[in-house]
Amino acid sequence: MTQPVSTSSAQTFPLPEGLPGIVADFSSDQRAFKNVPWGKAMMWIFLLSDTFIFSCFLISYMTVRMSTTEPWPNPSEVFALTLWGKKIPLILIAIMTFVLISSSGTMAMAVKFGYEKNRRMTFILLLVTAALGATFVGMQAFEWTKLIFEEGVRPWGNPMGAAQFGSTFFMITGFHGTHVSIGVIFLIIVAAKVIRGDLDHERPGFMTGRKGNYEIVETMGLYWHFVDLVWVFIFAFFYLW
Amino acid sequence: MSYVAHDESVFVRPAEVGEMELYHPKTFIGKYIWSQDAKVIGVQYSITAIAVGLVALVLSGIMRLQLGFPHVFSFINPSNYLQFVTMHGMIMVVYLLTALFLGGFGNYLIPLMVGARDMVFPYVNMISYWVYLFAVLLLMASFFVPGGSTGAGWTLYPPQAILDGTPGANWGIILMLVSLAFFIIGFTMGGLNYVVTVLQARTRGMTMMRLPLTVWGIFMATILALLAFPALFVSAIMMALDQMLGTSFFMPALISKGQHLDYNGGSPVLFQHLFWFFGHPEVYIVALPAFGIVSDLISVHARKNIFGYRMMVWAILAIGGLSFIVWAHHMYVSGMNPYFGFFFATTTLIIAVPTALKVYNWVLTLWRGDIRFNVPMLFAIGFIFTFINGGLTGLFLGNVTVDLPLSDTMFVVAHFHMVMAVSPILVIFGAIYHWYPKVTGRMLDDTMGKFHFWVTFLGTYAIYYPMHYLGFLGVPRRYYAVTGTDFIPESAQSLNAGITVATLVVGSVQLLFLFNLVWSYFRGRPSGDNPWGATTLEWQTPHTPPKHGNFGAELPVVYRWAYDYSVPGAEKDFIPQNQPPARTAEDAVDATS
Repeated sequence: MTQPVSTSSAQTFPLPEGLPGIVADFSSDQRAFKNVPWGKAMMWIFLLSDTFIFSCFLISYMTVRMSTTEPWPNPSEVFALTLWGKKIPLILIAIMTFVLISSSGTMAMAVKFGYEKNRRMTFILLLVTAALGATFVGMQAFEWTKLIFEEGVRPWGNPMGAAQFGSTFFMITGFHGTHVSIGVIFLIIVAAKVIRGDLDHERPGFMTGRKGNYEIVETMGLYWHFVDLVWVFIFAFFYLW
Repeated sequence: MSYVAHDESVFVRPAEVGEMELYHPKTFIGKYIWSQDAKVIGVQYSITAIAVGLVALVLSGIMRLQLGFPHVFSFINPSNYLQFVTMHGMIMVVYLLTALFLGGFGNYLIPLMVGARDMVFPYVNMISYWVYLFAVLLLMASFFVPGGSTGAGWTLYPPQAILDGTPGANWGIILMLVSLAFFIIGFTMGGLNYVVTVLQARTRGMTMMRLPLTVWGIFMATILALLAFPALFVSAIMMALDQMLGTSFFMPALISKGQHLDYNGGSPVLFQHLFWFFGHPEVYIVALPAFGIVSDLISVHARKNIFGYRMMVWAILAIGGLSFIVWAHHMYVSGMNPYFGFFFATTTLIIAVPTALKVYNWVLTLWRGDIRFNVPMLFAIGFIFTFINGGLTGLFLGNVTVDLPLSDTMFVVAHFHMVMAVSPILVIFGAIYHWYPKVTGRMLDDTMGKFHFWVTFLGTYAIYYPMHYLGFLGVPRRYYAVTGTDFIPESAQSLNAGITVATLVVGSVQLLFLFNLVWSYFRGRPSGDNPWGATTLEWQTPHTPPKHGNFGAELPVVYRWAYDYSVPGAEKDFIPQNQPPARTAEDAVDATS
């Protein structure tokens, strides 16, 4: 990655007032977003693209929920767990959501300690984030198993009602779960880089040959927060509706 | 916002970022096969795209043989015909045009034109090409699987795309969908690179408002692609699930061959919405780079600055934005609330405003220019003609009431081939004639080039003008044969035969072009660094072809916009972007005023 040479040059380069000023600022030479590293800019744009993917999934889900002629199964019944003899609706999903949102918190702290070059704390927090992510995926696997083997839900049909319930559920949570799993893998890779000191010593990456630095922790964080945010929408539209 | 810096100390900022780390391969394989150099990747993309485009060209020839001389060629049966239509369309739109403009020209030109040493993430860029190649191979494999490639039409509308009776409803459609998904993954990796390179890795002095319009066009098209391809990705996944797992995303309850199928409750119109949410921006993904490139070609070869540079940029942005809210004009016949039809017709007509603005600006750039009829210029001017033709018929089809009778006729075929097939292809040819000297160090042969242009350009009109008329007669598109239809006169068949002959002539002349590419590589006249006298940075490199790292020891510093042609009082009739301003008394007055 590249290192900033000079940071602010606002005094030397006065901008015009109003809209022309905004345009001139964005279009000024070398970088549209000052002091934003390439990897971070790239991640933001990728996430924008990924947002469109998840939006298309969710809109498709709403469309088929409207187009199907069969009744839609009641999610709070389907996703209920029987604990201590009581049927509690959505309890598993609530725990999963709590776990995933918590992992966003540990991720944010990892980014903070990363910029402070606190190798140990960054490493620990990244691992905790990865562990929480893995827990989420694990609970999702449990949920899928329960649905498939106990409730008899299949992508092409289920005993409770509209076949699209299973199709959209497996597709959307599967796609999201894949995102989380990929995130966990990369969290572990970044954590390994941190503890080995690759980022402090700017060691070149294994495949890309680019020098390591702590900006990748933040870039990783962007991805992780995005995955969490998407879950909030899936939770709202799929489980609560 | 000024186009020309009159005083270096005021208008050119100090370097904000350090030098880029480059990967220096030592072996032949590292340099030219698993290459991380955007220039090599660009050439790899271009060669692959042109190769797969040739397949599609042959398919179109076979289709025309069937239409022009029905029942003569026994190897074309109705199933084959549909498969050829489908594969021709999909290859041309996605695997040739998108890949060539963004992967080919984007990779080669963006780093050179913005003054970067390479794309920001060369490794990801390399993967992008290999994933693209994999997608192409998957698509080609679908010709050889049981049942052959899919014959669902390039729009792949369900339910028919995955039902028995459509050719390739088993293996063919799956390979098509998987190939598309891989194409999108590969493209996303490349596309992120192009966007970030333009945004964050320009050289000193290269403000966005000094970018050549080529870069603007490719940049905006890439953004469109990054936002539009997700819809296709999602629909490809869902249709693949419908086909393989028996889900019912797009499949309503159906009776096929007297049997109730297991599908129930899906929405076929959902697919159409998703597909066209991708499909309409796709038109501009192909058109915007063409707009950008043609602006530069016209300016260079007319030795005149582009007319209304700033408005050209805003028009590109406006077209890009509007292209996302016009998609349902492809679906007027699918059944839609009339108010929606009204909305989409309105936005469709509004998009003609910035487009027309660009056309006027090209023509005004030509006006009183010192026009040189070099081969790239011929293609650029040819583009203006075909684009105006295709654009005007677009206004017809954008209106609901006119579209309804013309929908699914040859008129539609003629319209979109004029506007988004022939026009971008003419620009691609022009661009290849223009930049070939930079890529290889040799000029393409002029005589062959002019012959290629005239046959292609006149042939285009010979093919598509009569096709409009066939459309008005009501000749449907995608039909294997239309014999025995009362409302179509016998003479339509002679017109069809004529079109076929023209197609074969134009198709075979492309072989001459390919020959020219190969022949000139070895025997062409050496071009020198800047054969056209162009201002943009790619012509100012110390080596031709540019070496790894593009610009030698020092990156260029940009002092002016890309269009300083025929400036009064200047030494030559062009001033390169990296030429510092002369410290004359006149300049000093300008700078203070």
